[in-house]
Amino acid sequence: MSDTIPTFERKEEDLPAIKLTIFQYAIVGVMLVLIFGLWRLQVVGAENYRALAQANRVRKVPILAARGQLFDRDGRLLVDNYPSVSCFLVREQGHNFRPDLPLIARGLHMTVEQIDTILRKYRTAPKYQPLPLKEDITPDEQEFIAAHADEMPELETIDEQRRLYPKDGFAANLIGYVGEVSAEMLNDPRYAFYEPGDVVGQSGVEETYDAILRGQDGSHDVLVDSHGREVGTLGTERSIPGKSLRLTIDMDIQRAAENAMGDRDGGLIAIDPHTGEVLAMVSRPTFDPNQFAVRIDREDWDKLLNNPDHPLLNKAIQAMSPPGSTFKIIMTLAGLQEGVAQTFKVDCQGGATIYGHFYACDRHHGEVDIHTALPYSCDTYYYELAARLGIDTIAKYAHEVGLGQKTGIDLPDEISGVMPSPEWAMKNFHRKWYAGETVSVGIGQGAVAVTPVQLARAIGGIASGGIFKRPHVVFPDELPRDYRQAILDSFPGSGDVTIPIDPANWEIITDDMANVTQSPIGTAYAARLDNIDFAGKTGTAEVVSHSFGALKLSSNVSERANAWFVGVAPRRDPDIVVAVLWQHGGWGNGSAPIAAKVIQAFVDKQRRLNHNLLAEAPKTVDVGAVWSDPEHPDAYAGKPLVKHKDKDETLASARAGHFLLKVPPVEASASVSNDR
Amino acid sequence: MRHRFLSFRDFDWTLLGFVVALSVISVFEIYSATLHTKFVGFYKQQILWLLGGLVAMFILSMIDYHRLLDIIHWIYGFCVLSLVAVLAVGTKILGARRWIKLPGGIHFQPSEWVKLVLILAITRYFVGLMGRKLTWPDIFKAMALVGIPMLLVLKQPDLGTALTYSPILLAGLFLGGIDWKKAGILVCAGLVLVGIAFSSSKILKPYQKARLTSFMNPGSDPRGSGYQILQSKIAVGDGGVFGRGATKGTQTQGDFLPIPYTDFIFAAFAEEHGFIGAVIVLLIYFLILMRLIQNAQTAADLPGTFLVMGVVAVLIFQIAVNVGMVIGLMPVTGIPLPLMSYGGSSVLFTFLALGMVMNVRMNRFVN
Repeated sequence: MSDTIPTFERKEEDLPAIKLTIFQYAIVGVMLVLIFGLWRLQVVGAENYRALAQANRVRKVPILAARGQLFDRDGRLLVDNYPSVSCFLVREQGHNFRPDLPLIARGLHMTVEQIDTILRKYRTAPKYQPLPLKEDITPDEQEFIAAHADEMPELETIDEQRRLYPKDGFAANLIGYVGEVSAEMLNDPRYAFYEPGDVVGQSGVEETYDAILRGQDGSHDVLVDSHGREVGTLGTERSIPGKSLRLTIDMDIQRAAENAMGDRDGGLIAIDPHTGEVLAMVSRPTFDPNQFAVRIDREDWDKLLNNPDHPLLNKAIQAMSPPGSTFKIIMTLAGLQEGVAQTFKVDCQGGATIYGHFYACDRHHGEVDIHTALPYSCDTYYYELAARLGIDTIAKYAHEVGLGQKTGIDLPDEISGVMPSPEWAMKNFHRKWYAGETVSVGIGQGAVAVTPVQLARAIGGIASGGIFKRPHVVFPDELPRDYRQAILDSFPGSGDVTIPIDPANWEIITDDMANVTQSPIGTAYAARLDNIDFAGKTGTAEVVSHSFGALKLSSNVSERANAWFVGVAPRRDPDIVVAVLWQHGGWGNGSAPIAAKVIQAFVDKQRRLNHNLLAEAPKTVDVGAVWSDPEHPDAYAGKPLVKHKDKDETLASARAGHFLLKVPPVEASASVSNDR
Repeated sequence: MRHRFLSFRDFDWTLLGFVVALSVISVFEIYSATLHTKFVGFYKQQILWLLGGLVAMFILSMIDYHRLLDIIHWIYGFCVLSLVAVLAVGTKILGARRWIKLPGGIHFQPSEWVKLVLILAITRYFVGLMGRKLTWPDIFKAMALVGIPMLLVLKQPDLGTALTYSPILLAGLFLGGIDWKKAGILVCAGLVLVGIAFSSSKILKPYQKARLTSFMNPGSDPRGSGYQILQSKIAVGDGGVFGRGATKGTQTQGDFLPIPYTDFIFAAFAEEHGFIGAVIVLLIYFLILMRLIQNAQTAADLPGTFLVMGVVAVLIFQIAVNVGMVIGLMPVTGIPLPLMSYGGSSVLFTFLALGMVMNVRMNRFVN
């Protein structure tokens, strides 16, 4: 073999030394590049990379902020929070939690499919975001998580504050409920700063005032390794609880309204017309928002969604119906303001033939004028008045009082109702206006449709002499300035307006309304309230279209007419206006007692507040100069010191010291209207 | 035949000193990097391999490299066969067929040893051509010599090891006297080939391509392919000038740094010992390489020079690619850092290569 491998002597010409030198320089070059690379990372970029290393191993465990509480106008607690523990799944890189799923499911009393559903739902969420596995876990589930903390670092518990709502759906549709922010909401620019998994207000006050009620979540910074195992703690950023809100709702009035409404379908709203403050708001059927405080079952949710009576709708602002005869107040206003109704008289013989068509009235009222038409609720009178005024005039006044527009109440998804007119018919149906439609609109039938809140604002405004206020459920003065404006911008509507109503006309309208309940001829005389200046108007709105005169109390509930009542107390410059819509309630006078109960509760409370001085902090009276003892008039001198003006009664006898004088209760005056 | 007289007085004790120093650093870093993992105790295994490597080095230093060159064609043939055997009957670990299971439970990875064989084969080939200009057929033959085992290893697939064969060929061509024109043509052809390899799905596996693309833009997918490089850079940068201290690197200890005891051991070391420690390690490598080149310069004959320079070429290539990867200048290729990374095959190759260098040095005064 050795002959095939010649051994070479070292020869410079064969291998120039320069080649090895080139190698040396190449090595020096490589080393310099590597050292430069190290310099760049370790000396120049050290701070940056140290921060990245820190971020790598610090995980933020959120500390959820408690939502603000809700109080009624007197500061009584309506909505509170309670502490609760939730279980989250942390999917950090490294640890594979898949094999643990059956055990996790068993420990949390769930099925693997349920967990898979959650994982699928969040498959696009970033890895660092913990997934909510189960909320409001039981102590034994907490025990399970704590016991398996080492093998299953992916399970994390978080302390939360959960919503505690009043029982039995008390004011539920007004308050609303909270729930996890949905995918659609996240696409909405309003929710730009929300993250998946955040709990937000989903309806009612909870939704409108979410930004105020929600606090700012804090975080607990823990050190973890790449498997997400906790290896230490860094610090805690406290959460900032949400601000509490005082609602304009009066719990006493609300309770009375809830009770009065019972389980009748429909909506009720009570407003202070001086300010637009909503005192009570009821919707039926309702729901239990506590079901939403913990994640709601799909079954329960479907039940709520598919209920034909729509328990999730707030019918005080989201249900509309023809106003029926309650519209006659607006007709009366239009007729008087136009100078027509003052002298307008009809002879009601059970109906009228107008434009060649017979329109029925439910009775033979005989001669009817503007003072009896409203208490009688005589259809004949208003058919003729409508034909006389014409649709344009009627629509003008209806629009002025806010019909066909949202009121701008600070609650989500208010509907605007419908006030038909020739323009409306052309715009929406591309058809002409039929003269007969004007006659129907005259008694609040046909296409005209209103919501309880619209009707309350309109009638409250008319009774207030033309001063209309935007209804609202939170005191604007108690909101941050920019939020106050944002609310106005977000909920456009008819708002605050004043329309000039001739005082003489105002007097006629309000007296007419008073006669509805206070005169034996009135349709709601049965609902009259002793010693209370209660005025209003009934309304019966046909649900199924049928020929006029065919109103009947159908045995089929869904075909029954909607019963309206709108009432005020006192009749002029009222302190309260109540609108009630009882869906499928039959005759309008069925709703009148409901409104009457609310007004009774309101007046009773006002009287209690105004007159029962003992309810206030007792005032001390300085009698230091006189020796007297009110408890024992005869104890000392036995001589009467002061003679009460009216009553033959000794006030006190002399005794040393300071003490309280008893102030006898003042008797309640007859009517609330006399108090103001 | 000449009379050869070998003495351990001529053994390169200085070189050995540097090598042992690095080995000790390596053992400490493996200890630190595996402290909180299931691989704790790997440093003991590494010590055994290092001791085995030292013994192998001494044994090989006693064997005349001319003897090895005499029988290199047989060894080369055996190596190619063993690579084919790996593909046929090898054990699949982590999706790659690189190991042959030997009796006694030892997994043997032939591709590491092929480096040594290729150094010898290339040496013999180019020394045989010495004295005339390299023609294209000469060059193609050399390329085939390296290319056959390279393709077999690539097939395993083991891109990293296959790449470490290329510096042997390049060093051979350079020292063998390729002229500038041919070198230029080869460089251009090489670039085109890389382009084709990258665009074809047959040659590079998707994960290999992903490694290369994520190298270009590591931020694109911080949890995926770019994750390793990003975590490595964070680890190195986190070390700062003075380091976090032994066993105190948060990236290393928190398991954020991938495989901190093998391919990314330099990142682990740089995090715990900082810029100063990292530069000292690079300095030791530099001194080892310079000492090797000195041995090449003083070699008794051309084959000796060729052999030593082949070892130098492989070492500097691996250092540049591995450290370059760790600091984000190179893509992830899975090339271990010689004398630092954990792993028996790598340790044994390095020490056998050094044993061969020792033999060249001990032969330097032989005439």
